[in-house]
Amino acid sequence: MADEALFQFLHSEIIQYVNSAETGESENGRCVSKLENMGFRVGQGLIERFTKDTPRFKDELDVMKFICKDFWTSVFKKQIDNLRTNHQGIYVLQDNKFRLLTQLSAGKQYMEHAPKFLAFTCGLVRGALSNLGVKSIVTAEVSVMPACKFQVMIQKM
Amino acid sequence: LNGELKFHYTVHTSLDVVEEKISGVGKALADQRELYLGLLYPTEDYKVYGYVTNSKVKFVIVVDSSNTSLRDNEIRSMFRKLHNSFTDVMCNPFYNPGDPIQSKAFDSIVSTMMVQAC
Repeated sequence: MADEALFQFLHSEIIQYVNSAETGESENGRCVSKLENMGFRVGQGLIERFTKDTPRFKDELDVMKFICKDFWTSVFKKQIDNLRTNHQGIYVLQDNKFRLLTQLSAGKQYMEHAPKFLAFTCGLVRGALSNLGVKSIVTAEVSVMPACKFQVMIQKM
Repeated sequence: LNGELKFHYTVHTSLDVVEEKISGVGKALADQRELYLGLLYPTEDYKVYGYVTNSKVKFVIVVDSSNTSLRDNEIRSMFRKLHNSFTDVMCNPFYNPGDPIQSKAFDSIVSTMMVQAC
């Protein structure tokens, strides 16, 4: 689908742009947080549009399931492959073939760059949750490309 | 200006009723799923209607009590229009969530709606 490729290319360009704006070795952190904040604002707007016609959510788990199914499908054209929770505010969302990593590599070569490719999406999830009334911290890790895990830690307000 | 203050007060007190409705104490689960909350409470002069989005944004419409021609489904469609316009505002990258809305498009939709309701 044409629009999928468009977003992937745009995303890569955004990362390149933010990366080149930050010169210096220790700037990886700033780059990541800039991307994350971008994702946050986009997530806020997106979730407003996506939940316009849905019934009210029952609880936190309902919200997380929405993120894993409807939200992920709307953005990445596929669902989250696995959702785990400890029922105490920690959720792990596993995507075995994360769309924004598939073009990067299927091996270990670019592992150090992976965090930059996950930052925007972490922000996206955090922004979406934030506007649904759920405060959280979202981090991501890659063990084997293109699979990755997003960890959501709910913050009690 | 006195009139405006009265409206602010009415809307403010209606927020408690909104909270009560969405916390759903003792209500059937089916009722809670709707975004439209219906008539919140009638006062002498006004009828107050509520609507809460999934993003916890609360819309309140205050209608003159003497306006008996305004039907429930018309109020519902007013809320839908509000919700749609608000979504557009939210998606505007120049809008910072939480700030007062300054969008002319939003204002014009609201004004048109209010004129139609009279």
